[in-house]
This record gives sequence, structure tokens and C-alpha cells, in this order.
Amino acid sequence: MQRIIYFLIRNKNFILFLSLLSICLSINLNYNEYNKSKLLNSSNSFFSTMYNIKLTISKYFNLEYQNQLLTEENRRLRFLIYNSIDSLGYKSQAEKILRLGIAKPNNEKFEYKSDLDKIRYEVTSASVIKNSYSYSNNFITIDAGKKDSIEVDNGVISSKGVVGIIDKTSPNYSRFISILNTNFLLNAKLKKSGYFGVLSWDGNDIYKVQLKDIPKQANVLIGDTIVTGGNSLIFPKGIPIGYVDSYKLDNSQNYLELEIQLATDMTSIEKIYVLKNNNLSEINSLDE
Amino acid sequence: MNKFVSNIIIALILIFAQGLFFNSINFLGSINPFVYVFFIAYFPLKNNRTFFIFCAFIYGLIIDIFSDTHAIHAAATLVISFLRPNLLKLFFGIAYEHQVVKFNSIDLKQNLLYLFSIIFIHHLILFGLEIFDISKISLILKNTFGSTIFTFVVIYILFELILNREK
Repeated sequence: MQRIIYFLIRNKNFILFLSLLSICLSINLNYNEYNKSKLLNSSNSFFSTMYNIKLTISKYFNLEYQNQLLTEENRRLRFLIYNSIDSLGYKSQAEKILRLGIAKPNNEKFEYKSDLDKIRYEVTSASVIKNSYSYSNNFITIDAGKKDSIEVDNGVISSKGVVGIIDKTSPNYSRFISILNTNFLLNAKLKKSGYFGVLSWDGNDIYKVQLKDIPKQANVLIGDTIVTGGNSLIFPKGIPIGYVDSYKLDNSQNYLELEIQLATDMTSIEKIYVLKNNNLSEINSLDE
Repeated sequence: MNKFVSNIIIALILIFAQGLFFNSINFLGSINPFVYVFFIAYFPLKNNRTFFIFCAFIYGLIIDIFSDTHAIHAAATLVISFLRPNLLKLFFGIAYEHQVVKFNSIDLKQNLLYLFSIIFIHHLILFGLEIFDISKISLILKNTFGSTIFTFVVIYILFELILNREK
């Protein structure tokens, strides 16, 4: 007994080292199922406050570029208004009614109803207070939280395209999984032909992501637009993600593997929009 | 006591500098220096080893929370803090064993080798755990070498400014 105690005391440094190392490794391994990491994240109040202070100083250096982005977005929205293309992509009320084919004349006013209209997305705007893209698992913290009715699994987009999915929320801040995270998976499709596949990131190039499982008969051209597939309830259908940069057959020789140039430059995102699907809980309850 | 307080202040400054500034340099896309290793490399020599290992763990964990990583900084910092006496013995040999090594009066060549190896071990463990995929070994090595060189340069400048100034 005495020998054991003596042994322990003599090797106390090594034992301390091993036990602390195993704590680190268990945190790191648990993370691979990514929602488990409740312990370590920067959306808690102290660290968010620090990042907020940094942001108030550093945001002035980027104002011109952000202004340019907003102007560009305004221009596009104005274009949509003047050309009266509504959110479903039909050129006019009349065409919409024609296509959906369920219009009823009602005192010279048309009422239309479709299943598509039931899905409503709430949009909240927020600013990035901590960006990250140098790791292979990147998370980004934003300055809106539960008080702004943001919930876990809401989608996050920039003015140009998809950037991530909310992962954790606190009252005033939340954190989202960046599209540049090797654990990020998203259903995406080719805008032109409608073939869909799984979007992920291999950790190599911060401007490119990979789209896998596209059947090889899909007629892919360099420069084709990739949009969200609509199979997930997180993002509405048709939000741009990026453009085809190159493609090749995968190991099985049956599917294509596409390199996608991201529409959003992840190194300089500042203003983002959070999309909340109001029907999510109702739809999920069907699966239980 | 004075030394103790000044060490804590240096550690805090390094944590904030790392979290708020060095983590967002992103040189050539994604290369960042991990300057906080300075504290582990040049922590005063005469100390309680158990206490030092424990401090290093807490120190790494704070960096982890700042950078939203999952205990990879803590693990890497822990390993170098545990290996530090062995590295010191390897590079400073007999002088270290007789406890006459002082960081503000050491040989330049020995110092550079010691610093490079401690940074390299730290970064190899850091990126190995972060990417955690043996098939991406080339990516791990690329990141490790890129960041090691960057960190090495910045820490050496800090060393000249802080420790060598007293000479």
C-alpha cells in the first residue's frame, strides 16, 4: 500500500498530465457529434462582450465595402420590385394564378392560395461579431439571440448566399456553424437541371466547397449556379450557394463530384440574415 | 510576489492579444501565429512542475473558448508544458541540470532550436487534433509548417523585446 502511494506521489506530474490530456481528448472527440459541446463556446456573455468591444473599434475600417454590398443588394431588390417578379419567380399576379391554377374571382379581386404560401420564413438581420475561417471547423458568433427569436437550426444567409446554420443561442448572442466547417452538410441542387446532392467542405480551400452525389447524366457546365435544394426545412428553396468551378467522376464512377466556388466571400462577411421557419415544429411533429 | 503578478499580467495580455488580434490575421488565407505559446516557452525556470502543468491546461482552455475550438489548444499546450523540462535538458544540457540557465542570457543558437522545436510540437498536436483525419496528413503538415514559421518569427521578436531588453 505504501509503495503504491509512494509510486503515485513520485509520478504525480505524469498522472496529472495524463488525466488532463484525457479530458481534452474526450471534449475533442465528443465534439465530432457537434451539438454536444455545451461547455466551450464564445457565445457566453463575457467573451461576446469582448468581441463586441473589438467590433465597435474595427467595423469602421470596413464600412466602404459593406456599404457597397448593401447598395448592390438594394439595387437588386429594386430591380425585383420594378420588374414585379414575386418571391415564387412568376412575372405577374396573372401568371402566378395561371400557373397555380387555383384562382377564384372574388369581387374583381383575385384570391389565391397554394401550399407554397403556407411556408413562411421570418427574417432577422444581425452583425457578425466574431468571424473565423482558418480552422477546419469554423464557428461564427453574431449579435442576435433568443431575444430576437433566433433558435437553434435556423438558417443563416448573407446578401449573396448561404453561410451557415445556427448552432447555439444565448439571450443576446448566438453562434452558427459556418459553411466552412467539415461537419456542415447541406442539401443542394443544380439550379438548371434540378439534380441534387450533398454539399460539404473538405477543409482545403476557403473559397471552395464540394458537392457530391450528383448523378453523372446531369449536364454540368462550368459556371452553373448551385442553390439550396428545399429538401431541408432550414432554408427555403433556391437560395444561391455558389458556382461550379470544376467537376470530376468520383471513385464509384457513377456520380460527379463538383468543386463549387462560394458566392459569399467568407473572409469578409459582416451583415447576415437569419431565416426562421415558422412551421418547423409543426412539420417536425409529424415525424415523431 | 512581484514576479508572480507580472507573470499573470503577461499571460492575460497574451490571451487577449491571441483572441482579439492574432486569431484574425489569416495571412495567405488561413495562417495564424499562435503567439500565446511564448508564455509556456519562457515561463520562469524555477517552478513547481505540477502547478505549471495545471496552469498550462487552464491557459490553453481559455484560448480554446476564445477561438471556439474544442480543447485542442489545451491539449497541445499541456503536452509542451509536460515535455518542457526534457526539451530544456536536450538543448541546454548540463547548464540546465545545474540550474544556471537564465532566459535573458542564453546562447542564441540553443535558444532558437529550443523555441523552434517547442513550437513545432505544439502546432503538430494542434493541427493533428483539429483536422483529426490521417488521410489529410498533407494538410496537417502544410498548416503546421506555415504556422510554425509565422509563430516562430513573432515569438522571437517578442523575446528580444521583453526578455533580452534587460541585458
